[in-house]
Amino acid sequence: MPLIRTNADLAARQAATPILSVRDLTVDFKLEHGMMRAVDGVSFDVRRGEVLGIVGESGSGKSQILMAAMGLTAINGRCSGSVTFEGEEILNAAPDLLDKIRGSSMSMIFQDPMTSLNPYMRVVDQLTEVLVAHQGKSRQEAVDIAVEMLERVRIPGARRRISLYPHEFSGGMRQRVMIAMALLCRPALLFADEPTTALDVTVQAQILDLLNGLVHELNAAVVIVTHDLGVIARMCDRVIVLYGGRIMEEAAVDDLFEAPRHPYSQGLMAATPRLDDNTAHDLRTIPGSPRALVGQINGCPFAPRCERRIERCTAETPALLRGAGGRAAACHLVMP
Amino acid sequence: MSDVVAGAPVTPGSAPAIGLSPFRASWRRYSRNKLAFGSMLVLLLIALACFGGPLLFPFGTEDADFDNIAAPVNLFSIHPFGTDEFGRDLLLRVLVGGQVSLSVGFVGALAAVIIGVAYGATSGYFGGRLDNFLMRTVDVLYGIPYFFLVVLINLLAGRTVMGLFVSIVVVLWLTPAVIARGQAVSLRHREFVDAARAGGMTEWQIIRQHIVPNSLNVVIVYSSLLVLEVIVTESFLSFLGLGVQAPATSWGSLIEDGAANLETDLRLLLLPCSFLVVTLFCLNFIADGLRDAFDPNER
Repeated sequence: MPLIRTNADLAARQAATPILSVRDLTVDFKLEHGMMRAVDGVSFDVRRGEVLGIVGESGSGKSQILMAAMGLTAINGRCSGSVTFEGEEILNAAPDLLDKIRGSSMSMIFQDPMTSLNPYMRVVDQLTEVLVAHQGKSRQEAVDIAVEMLERVRIPGARRRISLYPHEFSGGMRQRVMIAMALLCRPALLFADEPTTALDVTVQAQILDLLNGLVHELNAAVVIVTHDLGVIARMCDRVIVLYGGRIMEEAAVDDLFEAPRHPYSQGLMAATPRLDDNTAHDLRTIPGSPRALVGQINGCPFAPRCERRIERCTAETPALLRGAGGRAAACHLVMP
Repeated sequence: MSDVVAGAPVTPGSAPAIGLSPFRASWRRYSRNKLAFGSMLVLLLIALACFGGPLLFPFGTEDADFDNIAAPVNLFSIHPFGTDEFGRDLLLRVLVGGQVSLSVGFVGALAAVIIGVAYGATSGYFGGRLDNFLMRTVDVLYGIPYFFLVVLINLLAGRTVMGLFVSIVVVLWLTPAVIARGQAVSLRHREFVDAARAGGMTEWQIIRQHIVPNSLNVVIVYSSLLVLEVIVTESFLSFLGLGVQAPATSWGSLIEDGAANLETDLRLLLLPCSFLVVTLFCLNFIADGLRDAFDPNER
């Protein structure tokens, strides 16, 4: 269950200096038929102890924000803007600097537990690799720490299982191994790219609770990327709604679920089936599909699908306006 | 096959699990394949005979026995398969020729694979312009008829076993390079490679720990086929007189000698031929077994 959050709590956190600061991040990919803008001028801050959710549909650029921050953008991608971690610029930084930060104070949980572990390495070697490389631990120390972490993510018989190969684990257990791997160095900042998408619903809930407990214990800053509003509701303090590589709305999680302001956020909420809604109607959807992001973009990216579109929407890109209570929205019709 | 992969069922509190590596699982599958396993034993026997057998003879390959020139097959004499027209023992010459054929085959394939894999993995992992340049070079080399290349290298290096070896490697490293590049390209985008980079591993550590072990399964299967190809190429070149020169010998040059006497004495052709054919069959079955055991699609 989500922790109880008060406004005072939130305000106190916002007063603290952010651990991760993203300013005007833009990611372009060079394709055969021109440039594709996956992320378009995204800015946000994350503070210690805060869980930020980034929600959006497939192709909205949400994973690319994490990849850019981790320095994992594909070879045909170009990043511009600024990403600072504890005041240090890490966007397009030298590999030496990144290698030092990655895996020691910043780590990442990947989407697919089936492909995120090397099938030819014992789990113990994959887990201790990072500890030995970054903290100069002896192998025995590293193994002890790894076993302890596996026990924390509730893998039964961890000391025995640690010497198995990935194919000898189930999907849920592999995802726990991935979480253990990401938390092993006690990172100050954790990225999670759809951490539960590949798992079935009952395992999802377990993993999310586990993750919630662990990150609060470490007091880490967390950025979760997902298309699942359930994950956002369960885990996050603050949410960014992304569409077409741009931030549509930013709000505290309760505010967003209570009263979404941007037409896209409203559509997203309406398209989510609710257990407490027993009126028999068809599931609402947002008509159309996200447009290709190739070439020059004019106006609001959501305009072609928006029910409340006005002429100005296709001519002029709405700026992200910040208002009271940490709310922000990018829409000509919404005054935050 | 899945029961082999999964290993013994693991229950908490049972005996300590050791973990079944994918390589060991593949080896288990291989050793259950009777034809492939048997072929490997036969090949080992041939190799043992070729490298150990000549020590048992009281004379060398060049020692002519003038009392027994062109002696016929007599399994209980000192020349069990007779002698050639110079009085040299045929069996001994076939065994010593086998040393050349087998070692050129295995060492040549190994060298071609090492060069090809290093080249292809570098090209595929780093990608971009480097990849383009390296692979177009391979395409150009593919375009050169390999006979010209072999004749040229033979002229430069002299007609020695070494020259033959070099020309074979120069021609045959291209395909492993292309295969390894394909593997590296597909592995570069795998999540565990990203995960390793996210964990702060350096490029070198990633290539060594993640890229190489994961491409080995394909490379192992291809190498077994390459050994076969190298042995055939060597024999073919020697048969044409481009390879090993007298007095040194190999199966290919022995077959050439035998073919010259085809009408009078078939025995000179049949003995080296049967050694070559049995070896090639064994290698084929081994390659087949390895492919079944290592096929990544099966897992």
